[in-house]
Amino acid sequence: MRPRTLTAYGFLTPYLLIFLAFWVWPIISSFWMSFLNTRRLPWTFAPQANWGRLLVDPAFANALKNTLIILVVQVPVMIALATVLAVLLHSPLLKARGLFRFAFFAPVVVGEVAYAAVFRLMFNYEFGIINKLLALIGIAPISWTSNPTAAMALIIIAVTWRWAGYNAILILAGLQSIPQDLYEAATLDKVSKTRQFLFITIPLLRPIILFCIVLSIIGTMQLFTEPFLITNRGGPGGATETLGMLLYRQGFLSFNFGYASAIAYTIAAIAMALSLLNMWAGKERR
Amino acid sequence: MPSFTTRTGRALALHAVLLPLALIWLFPLWTMFVFATLPDDGIFGSAIQLLPSTAFADNFANLQHDTDFIRAMVISIVVASVYTLLSVALTSMAGWALARYRFIGRTAVVGIIFGTITLPYFVVVIPQFIMVARDFNMANSWFAPIVPPLFNSLGVLFMRQSFTMLPEEVFDAARVEGIGEWRTFFHIALPMTRPTLAALSIILFLHSWNNYLWPLLVNSRPEMMTAPVALGSLIGLTKVSWGGIMVGAVVLTAPMLVLFVALQRHFIAGISAGAVK
Repeated sequence: MRPRTLTAYGFLTPYLLIFLAFWVWPIISSFWMSFLNTRRLPWTFAPQANWGRLLVDPAFANALKNTLIILVVQVPVMIALATVLAVLLHSPLLKARGLFRFAFFAPVVVGEVAYAAVFRLMFNYEFGIINKLLALIGIAPISWTSNPTAAMALIIIAVTWRWAGYNAILILAGLQSIPQDLYEAATLDKVSKTRQFLFITIPLLRPIILFCIVLSIIGTMQLFTEPFLITNRGGPGGATETLGMLLYRQGFLSFNFGYASAIAYTIAAIAMALSLLNMWAGKERR
Repeated sequence: MPSFTTRTGRALALHAVLLPLALIWLFPLWTMFVFATLPDDGIFGSAIQLLPSTAFADNFANLQHDTDFIRAMVISIVVASVYTLLSVALTSMAGWALARYRFIGRTAVVGIIFGTITLPYFVVVIPQFIMVARDFNMANSWFAPIVPPLFNSLGVLFMRQSFTMLPEEVFDAARVEGIGEWRTFFHIALPMTRPTLAALSIILFLHSWNNYLWPLLVNSRPEMMTAPVALGSLIGLTKVSWGGIMVGAVVLTAPMLVLFVALQRHFIAGISAGAVK
């Protein structure tokens, strides 16, 4: 490495300019805006207008509740599924490996809008293929988008389909980076496969699974497209409205930028607190 | 031979678990493809349709009638291509600076870039919108969907790591030969990281291609909509062709699936780059 500040900044400047204009300034600006009453001009300093409102706004309480329910149900299910998928896909006994990988990894390249459209059509009450298939096994049609519980389940199913493979890719990369001689040594010492899995594989995967959980928490806290498009603007009647949906409504339909900024910082604070909590809980203790 | 039987048994159990799961996972994609080819009475009828039909062209015409999808596709192709070129240029230059030089503020720059990885996008999207739409008056432009999303932290860290792994002697030799720093970067370092550049380009292109919220906010006029925004604007309307929407979904998805199959190694390298240090 060479001590050359000028040349280094020559290479860095375009990137840093974008960074300053479109990240650093907005981070400061939205923090400041969260303390302004932006409902009428001129904007005035009034912290209680937004931060006070968060505490009493039933729409915020509802969106927070929905987001946390999705988070608590969806993230553990998906991470467990992704771990199982990664371990199975890693098995040397697997045939047609490429085909299986394609099946689980393909959703990663499918855009949010395309998959939202398909899920909305598949789970349509009258002509959706899911209800037709359920009828085959004698289950009455479910009103996926007008029953609040079913609508939440639909969001969770959709997000799990979209992201399980992504997490499986990360965990699989972790599995492949475990040195093979650890297992060979364990086999020589007559350690059973199950014990090898529990005492070699899982501990060595721990950091990467934690990373997946943190990414999923941050992603779920920002859930927007699924309730926006699949359950039709957070419907029925706000039953699937997430914090991201509420922020969109406040910021970009009502143009109440101050309140939307307060919601944005609440999302950031919860995501960070949950991530830190999770890293602390997952830390290896001796 | 007991060991052979248990091995076969385990292989069977493995496939018995994975095969149904794989079919369930492929089902939405298969449905998307099948429904893009069904006429309206096939979509709204009571029969279960699992095989493609022949109405793809009709559905495409319906889609084009509902929204100018061809125009939106052209816009998406231009936006994603220009975005990828610019972003690869910016992130590889920045990654090179961080890998190759010791300079004042280096630790701070690396620290801040790492810090933004965990920062939700919502914290910046509101001021970005105010800036682009109001202050710059640049809504419904080429600038809006391309430039503000250019900042990318994982890309820089990915490039930095790949430059760090290049042999230092090559660059020392270049310096002895009197080759300038910029020529060293463009003609020696960049060609040596071609696989990383390929992986990065694919991920950036995919990111821009599928981006929805930002272009929805800034390019909402039909003449400047990207394809996901145009398609999203049809979802939820009452008088709209579902077959057409499925055609749009297929047209958006199929090129990415082909790329994914052809370049699986690069895709997976790009996706897992952030996770495995």
